[in-house]
Amino acid sequence: MSRKIRVLPTLLYKDTELVKGKGFDSWRNIGSAMQSIKVFNLREVDELIFVDITATAQGRRPDFALIDDLADDCFMPLTVGGGVTSVDDVRQLLQVGADKVVLNSIIYTNPELISQVSDRFGAQCVVVSIDAKKVDDHYECFSHSGKTPTGKDPVDTAKDAEVRGAGEILITSIERDGFMEGYDIELTKLVSQAVSIPVIASGGAGSYQDMVDVLKGSKASAVAAASIYQFTQQTPLEAKKYLDAAGFPVRL
Amino acid sequence: MTAVTIIDYGMCNLDSVARAVEECGGNPTVTDKHSVIESADSIILPGVGAFPDAMKNIQERGLEDVLRKRVVDDGVPFLGICLGMQLLASKGYEVSECKGLGWIEGEIVKLEPKGEDTRIPHIGWDEVHYPKPSKLFEGIPEGKDFYFVHSFHFVPKNEEAIIGYTKYADGGVSALQKGNIHAVQFHPEKSQKVGFALLRNFLSL
Repeated sequence: MSRKIRVLPTLLYKDTELVKGKGFDSWRNIGSAMQSIKVFNLREVDELIFVDITATAQGRRPDFALIDDLADDCFMPLTVGGGVTSVDDVRQLLQVGADKVVLNSIIYTNPELISQVSDRFGAQCVVVSIDAKKVDDHYECFSHSGKTPTGKDPVDTAKDAEVRGAGEILITSIERDGFMEGYDIELTKLVSQAVSIPVIASGGAGSYQDMVDVLKGSKASAVAAASIYQFTQQTPLEAKKYLDAAGFPVRL
Repeated sequence: MTAVTIIDYGMCNLDSVARAVEECGGNPTVTDKHSVIESADSIILPGVGAFPDAMKNIQERGLEDVLRKRVVDDGVPFLGICLGMQLLASKGYEVSECKGLGWIEGEIVKLEPKGEDTRIPHIGWDEVHYPKPSKLFEGIPEGKDFYFVHSFHFVPKNEEAIIGYTKYADGGVSALQKGNIHAVQFHPEKSQKVGFALLRNFLSL
């Protein structure tokens, strides 16, 4: 009974439709959220990440009614993010059916929220999402959908989040996101070595081999991907079979 | 259709459990009303969150006595899920030491890493193995994966109560049973086919 690698589809949501981006820009419409969730239900995916990417930019709270509707039909673990800025946002999201909640932009201005949420609802439901890219010779965290530089280092940010009570880190490479040319293995390695909570690799998967490569090159516990499930014939189940063949424990 | 009373004590994920019960052919009512609990056919105690807050909420709503009466005294089928399992213990050590409901003797302690790269919390799919047959897992093959997400685990005083094992870090107990009282550390409502099979088994008790 070993720890099993999770394979997670990510759904990005922007004003009533699902979208995908390239390098966190040029969003394209790809169909309705509910439909995607129903498909992933049938395929028995390990877990789903759903992020409302315009909530923070528009300065609004999460769309609780929407999450309520989606969660009603989501019989798999559901992680929800976008626009979460308070303990009450988290409480409401959990109440309407989210299993875990993503904190991203808010952690740079109000890192105490991590411990407040963790103390109240438990570390297991706090996913701290870090979007980073290389600036000159070092990595830097960006907030607000990768648009606002924070001056923070992703490794320090991840360690700080762990100390404050985060249960999981979602590390996304801004430059690689949507390009389907592979994860940023170095970034994932640095972050996953620095903490002892699970780390989800995100941004850049274009093939099952990319997943194998990031798992071999880092200590990630899960691989998230968006584009490959939406724009190619590749599926989470086939990804798991590939990982299994490569010697990684997965749920089949 | 089995009427299932899902206890609302302000600790989340009630919707998920209610929807899953519905999908499994049960008729769920989410409530903290004593009058409803008094006449419940079967009871589910869900829960996500920290142990002391949960106990405080249960006590503030005056639920401890009515639950004990229905479950321990009257023997109504009961299922505790995740935190709802942990609350059955005598004592918990999450955040601070705190008394539990004490229906199944044991303690709730933090998972400690054991072996190479076991990360805490335990998040994800893991196998449940059976030390003995039970009604709750009837028809579900040994070693099937259920969804776990927890940092603390139940260490029961009596091994007899254990009906499911899942070894992770220094933890091992994933399901307990003491008569009509059932408890699982994983989330059947999020465990897809096998989770629904378990809930159907519970509904048919």
